[in-house]
Amino acid sequence: MNLDELESTAAREREQCAGQKCRLRVCTGTGCASAGSDRLTEALRQRAKERGLEGEVTVTEVGCLGLCAEGPLVKVDATDTLYQNVTPNLADNVLDSLTGEAAGITVCNEKQPFFTRQNRVVLENAGYIESDRIESYIARDGYRALLHVLAEMSPADVVAAITQSGLRGRGGAGYPTGLKWSTVAKATGPRKYVVCNGDEGDPGAFMDRSVMEDDPHRVLEGMAIAAYAVGANHGYIYVRAEYPRAIKRLKTAISRAERQGLLGSSIAGTSFSFTIDLRVGAGAFVCGEETALIASVQGNRGTPRPRPPYPAMSGLWGCPTLINNVETLGSIAPIIRCGAPWYAGIGTEKSHGTKVFCLTGAIKNTGLIEVPMGITLREIVFDIGGGIPNGGTFKAVQTGGPSGGCIPEKYLDMPVDYESLREVGSIMGSGGMIVMDQTSCMVDVARFFMEFCMSESCGKCIPCRVGTAEMYKLLTRIATGEANMNDLAKLEELCEMVRETSLCGLGQSAPNPVISTLRYFRDEYLAHVNEGVCPAGVCPMNARKGVTTHA
Amino acid sequence: MSKAKVATIWLDGCSGCHMSFLDLDERLIELSEKMDLVYSPLVDFKEFPEDVDVTLVEGSVSNEGDLHKILQVRERSRILVSLGDCAVTGNVPGMRNAIGVEPLFTRAYNQNVTLHPQKPHGAVPALLDTVKPVHQVVPVDVIVAGCPPSASTIYYVVSELLAGRLPELETHTRFGA
Amino acid sequence: MPETLTSSEVVTLTINGQEVSARTDETIMEVAEEQGIRIPALCHISGLSDIGACRLCVVEIQGSPKLQPACVTRVSEGMTVSTHTDRLRAHRRTIVEMLFAERNHVCSVCVSNGHCDLQNLAVECGMQEVTLPYLAPKLQVDASHKRFVMDPNRCVMCTRCVRVCDEIEGAHTWDIMGRGVDSRVITDLGKPWGESDTCTSCGKCVQVCPTGALFEKGVSVAEMTKRRQFLPYLKTMREVPK
Repeated sequence: MNLDELESTAAREREQCAGQKCRLRVCTGTGCASAGSDRLTEALRQRAKERGLEGEVTVTEVGCLGLCAEGPLVKVDATDTLYQNVTPNLADNVLDSLTGEAAGITVCNEKQPFFTRQNRVVLENAGYIESDRIESYIARDGYRALLHVLAEMSPADVVAAITQSGLRGRGGAGYPTGLKWSTVAKATGPRKYVVCNGDEGDPGAFMDRSVMEDDPHRVLEGMAIAAYAVGANHGYIYVRAEYPRAIKRLKTAISRAERQGLLGSSIAGTSFSFTIDLRVGAGAFVCGEETALIASVQGNRGTPRPRPPYPAMSGLWGCPTLINNVETLGSIAPIIRCGAPWYAGIGTEKSHGTKVFCLTGAIKNTGLIEVPMGITLREIVFDIGGGIPNGGTFKAVQTGGPSGGCIPEKYLDMPVDYESLREVGSIMGSGGMIVMDQTSCMVDVARFFMEFCMSESCGKCIPCRVGTAEMYKLLTRIATGEANMNDLAKLEELCEMVRETSLCGLGQSAPNPVISTLRYFRDEYLAHVNEGVCPAGVCPMNARKGVTTHA
Repeated sequence: MSKAKVATIWLDGCSGCHMSFLDLDERLIELSEKMDLVYSPLVDFKEFPEDVDVTLVEGSVSNEGDLHKILQVRERSRILVSLGDCAVTGNVPGMRNAIGVEPLFTRAYNQNVTLHPQKPHGAVPALLDTVKPVHQVVPVDVIVAGCPPSASTIYYVVSELLAGRLPELETHTRFGA
Repeated sequence: MPETLTSSEVVTLTINGQEVSARTDETIMEVAEEQGIRIPALCHISGLSDIGACRLCVVEIQGSPKLQPACVTRVSEGMTVSTHTDRLRAHRRTIVEMLFAERNHVCSVCVSNGHCDLQNLAVECGMQEVTLPYLAPKLQVDASHKRFVMDPNRCVMCTRCVRVCDEIEGAHTWDIMGRGVDSRVITDLGKPWGESDTCTSCGKCVQVCPTGALFEKGVSVAEMTKRRQFLPYLKTMREVPK
């Protein structure tokens, strides 16, 4: 498919959409799907048929509309109204609203900060397109960036553009994407590979899942542009098996793109060829680590290896390999389309562009949001998030999942960027953001994340394998009222040691939740240890029998 | 100059460390010029005295009796020495930790008994959930590994302590040996 | 001139304040050994590939924010390495402590007592007592093989057995299953050793095992000594000059 064909496909699709008298867009994102949006779609279609509205009403399943807390969400284009909490039994009420007054269903205010304060770049298509139809993506400027790159730009131009955009890895560490691309571009090897890291595994995070499920072609387009830039002809998408819908939709997307000549050999009639294979992981958190991911794709046990050599020099089968996260690759097409300066203009001095977060926990508006870098945590939690529900008080916000930390109230006015978050003992991470109120015990939170790290440790290096288990055991002692000050000292010692000596990022960052909660909520630990009380009333504290232990 | 008060106690262990202590042979006479053995399974005192200078502990903390003893001994001793692997690591008594008390009782007092199988109760102190090395229960000043530590090691440790120095054992003793 | 010599150059670096020269294809561990500096290690054994897993050999390199494993880190010009700082000593002690806390190492009744790399490491690193809570897992001994026994209570997961079986014997009988503290070395996808179809009973795994986890049947406490001479020999003999 060349640019002319792409444009005519887009025009045809837009025309067809415009021709639809009344289009109902039902959110099938993670939150709404679990709230019953699949059944709602069915009910809407069924009732429309029964009421003879078949030709007039089109029910389409779209990606995440954002406000998961109020799902299922339905957008009615004809009246430009968003309805919330539309359970399947309310299908008739939605259809009624097309001709008269909306009754029995709640209108969702799209003027509230949750919607107005967002800046959707990666999620620009979420809620608009049908993920299984490539035409739907093309109609929203899909694959234009790829064809533009192939026709007008040299690989070096593309790398330069990405460098100029200031994009940094969205998987967590924030390594400059342009630098990574140029390293792979300059590396020599018999073949090169591009890998999309879709092994999202942080508790409470579903950013990448949403992108892969709702807008799979965006990932493919990003990968193809990356492949052209670094000189790769083959790519892998590594998705965890727990995301069956993402796997299904990516598979469909790959075959559709291949059929349209947007993937495969001689893309758009050029000499550039690029194929993509899907690799399904068995749900190991550690496989999000680059070298473990490589081992897993090669069919080996998913364990990391010491770096250097970095995958950019020696990755898959010893060849230079570019590994980018889903969200990073999802940002590529808009950067090419709208220009690097545009993207660089969003955000702060060192962190450019936007970031997708999953807002969860003790917050009114749980959901999927995309915000410009540099926005404050307070704006996210209280404006976009709507604050703490049920009259609760804010205690901390956890970012970065098991590798991150808990940020207390005093830092709420800090801008969200890679450096600031690191400074206060957390990390940007992949985008999980868990808000906690006064009912959360910070020892319990630390223990939860340590249990996660313990069960996700691959077991290769001793500090992570045994250290996480020992830290979990000590945290359990604290949470059951069995601990003394020696245990607390031991815990702190282990944090330092595991951080400094572990082989990979999982181990090195595993102590972070403990370190950050000790830093800001030490009094809670002390209450557990010295007084045998859990101030939040969460921990069992049942083992306090007066037996002194000294290790 | 008054003699130093030295005590030894025997928790959960095989008495091998005490045997090794006796292996000091004639060196015991030399030591006895500088110390009095004020309490020990080897001598006949009923009550652990107050104000002991050095106590050598053999064995791990396995039951409520051990726990009671070690807390009292720690309180009454200036320097507490963990003598031998049972005291230092839990060693053989600690092998039951992977099994658990209940399955252990069932195996020992039900399955392996043909006449009147019954679990011990009343007269003997109850077992603790896990066997612990001494330093995991009370602070310990000197660690002497070995199963048992050799007579020369014990001689070195006691002489150094009597001379008012802490023995340096870090790279001189090993578990098991 | 052999090809291997042309691809590397000679550099100068500093180890513990001492200036030394080395080839760029050498690791810090190799160069330190040449200088008579012993860096504690467990997963590393000369003759097998290095995996940088035990972390005992981590060293400080000036200018590098992270500690680096000496067994897999190549030397470079001007590198300044410290191998025995207080921080490293403390970390090593804790690592050895972790190994003793992880499984059930009862030296006094172990076949390898007195000839054990783990015991030696405890002495070398000055690890006198385990201050961490013991994990005390319940593990089954596999005595199904006619000549050898595998006792997971003594296993430190160094994977020397896995590597020697794969890299030297070429049988790949051993592998790892499970994750984290639940990971175990297994034979043939978890079959009892005695039923393994791939095991050649060569015994190389037993000889490279640092502890009493793998041993020969018929030996009692402290009687198991390991014979490892074959490893450097085979390695040398297999290095065919190009």
